[in-house]
Amino acid sequence: MAALDIQGLEKTYANGFTAVAGLDLKIGKGELVSLLGPSGCGKTTTLRMVAGFIDPTAGRITIEGREVTHLPAHARDTGMVFQSYALFPHMSVAQNVAFGLEMRKVGRAEREARTVEALKRVQLDHLAERYPRQLSGGQQQRVALARALVVNPAVFLLDEPLSNLDAKLRGEVRSEIRALQQALGLTTLMVTHDQEEALTMSDRLVVMEGGRVRQAGTAEDLYERPADAFVANFVGRSNLIRGRLAEGAFEAASGTRLACVPGGAGTGPLVFALRPERIGLSVGDDATGEPAVLKEILYLGAQTEYVVALGAERLTVIRPTPAAGDPLHAARPGDGVRARWTPEHVRLLPDT
Amino acid sequence: MSPGRLLYRGGIIAAYVLMLAPVAALVAISFFRDEIVSFPPSGFTLHWYANGFARSEFMSGFIVSAKVAVLACLIGVPAGTAAALGIARSNLPFKGAFTTFMLSPLIVPGIVAGTALYLTFLMAQNRLDMDITGTLGGLVAAHVLLAIPWTVRVVTASLQGLDGAVEEAAANLGARPWQVFWRVTLPMLRPGIVAAVMFSFIQSFENLELTLLLVGPGMSTLPIEMINYLEFRMDPTLAAVATVQVVLIAALMLITDRFVKLSRVV
Repeated sequence: MAALDIQGLEKTYANGFTAVAGLDLKIGKGELVSLLGPSGCGKTTTLRMVAGFIDPTAGRITIEGREVTHLPAHARDTGMVFQSYALFPHMSVAQNVAFGLEMRKVGRAEREARTVEALKRVQLDHLAERYPRQLSGGQQQRVALARALVVNPAVFLLDEPLSNLDAKLRGEVRSEIRALQQALGLTTLMVTHDQEEALTMSDRLVVMEGGRVRQAGTAEDLYERPADAFVANFVGRSNLIRGRLAEGAFEAASGTRLACVPGGAGTGPLVFALRPERIGLSVGDDATGEPAVLKEILYLGAQTEYVVALGAERLTVIRPTPAAGDPLHAARPGDGVRARWTPEHVRLLPDT
Repeated sequence: MSPGRLLYRGGIIAAYVLMLAPVAALVAISFFRDEIVSFPPSGFTLHWYANGFARSEFMSGFIVSAKVAVLACLIGVPAGTAAALGIARSNLPFKGAFTTFMLSPLIVPGIVAGTALYLTFLMAQNRLDMDITGTLGGLVAAHVLLAIPWTVRVVTASLQGLDGAVEEAAANLGARPWQVFWRVTLPMLRPGIVAAVMFSFIQSFENLELTLLLVGPGMSTLPIEMINYLEFRMDPTLAAVATVQVVLIAALMLITDRFVKLSRVV
């Protein structure tokens, strides 16, 4: 039995706008699943329907065997961390954390013990008497975490939990949340538009667009085997080129031919998808691969991004920055280079 | 200092002088010995304060004013808060029109509203065969009209600044709708409500125009008693009474400020 089971979930508003159009999702006990997609894809609406803030138009939501589809939010036993943290400004940190226990009529002694324990877990027990406005963003975030965790919710809900933190803190909090979630075996549904966040934290990801699931799977599934061009471009970056198969190779609409493994892709319109880091570049007379012309060089520190023209097509290539002495290090825009890739790394996706 | 900055400072000082000079003059005059105010005074005295306290009409006026203001706040502020919640939270049709209606006592000149109330009260008196004008109930009913628009305005502003997610967080933690209201919504509105009480109290306490026709024998407010006194005498007793009033209201504001930073809500 899935800890959180969503079947055929739909939300259509009175003005006819469909935010979520038939979503199925099962989350196992202790699993962290991310809903990932651009804004307006329906991920937040889905989360809010699970929390009970939006009433679904159709479908079923079951939490640990109990149907909650139309129950009010306070009767659902979910623990949510809000994007804005939504701490109670008129209550101290300890009062914020104890609130859920109070609502569950937990006795005073146990309430205090569990509040302290929850605050210790997020290393904030020394700030229990402070008020939210006296805390930094990262500390407020941890209070919100402790407040949601202290009640042992059946489902833990995270709404863009890191979007209000600065980049450096984000990485830290990311692993902290993941460690807590795993240590406590929390069944978690997270919403994010940040693919890095989703890739690093989740057991499984669900890529959504236009209220529908585009693809669900592990980070590796989505990255290595994207189901369509949308996923290929939303999760990581891809060179996407439209065309069709001709004589055992891919022929772009411009006529440029690119190596691939045709497999059973058929003769219909296709999208050629290739990750920028799967393309090798070399310079010199003994270099092998397709002749190409270097157009742009973007130095990113550890990596360098190149744009090369191959026939009429442009490909983005990402390589570890070459050391001084490497012929590529001296290459300049306008120089001739050779681009090569393993044909098996090319994905031929349906052109929709 | 640059000329711009100098001008800026000068402007601020001028504004304060303009606002505070009449008050300072009032306080000074209340100590002048001469019955007909003249400058420079021939000496100083506390006689006018003694006179103010000794005259029963000022004492009774003060008590009536305080009673009316407290009762008007007790009725008007909860009513105005409820109206503000309704305006901000519901999808009622004609919300805009309703809001304007709630604020209309601020727009109608007090003397016009007072006359309208007086005529309405007279008609009601004839129908119901009971006194309304010249009673405490009649005055409170009128002053509730002063409290409601101020409350609606101030509380609506606080509601707009309130993050709805905080209430959702409470519900998510198991709070039922009434618990969300009492434990979260109301405490978050507290600064706004305190400000509403203060505005309403002061508006009621110092109101003259709306009240003018509604008072009766033995049931008159302090500002009206002051006007009555002024009709026959022009000695500094009024300055003394007004000074006491200024001190009381300033004390009220300072005490309120201890609980809610007024600068955050006004």
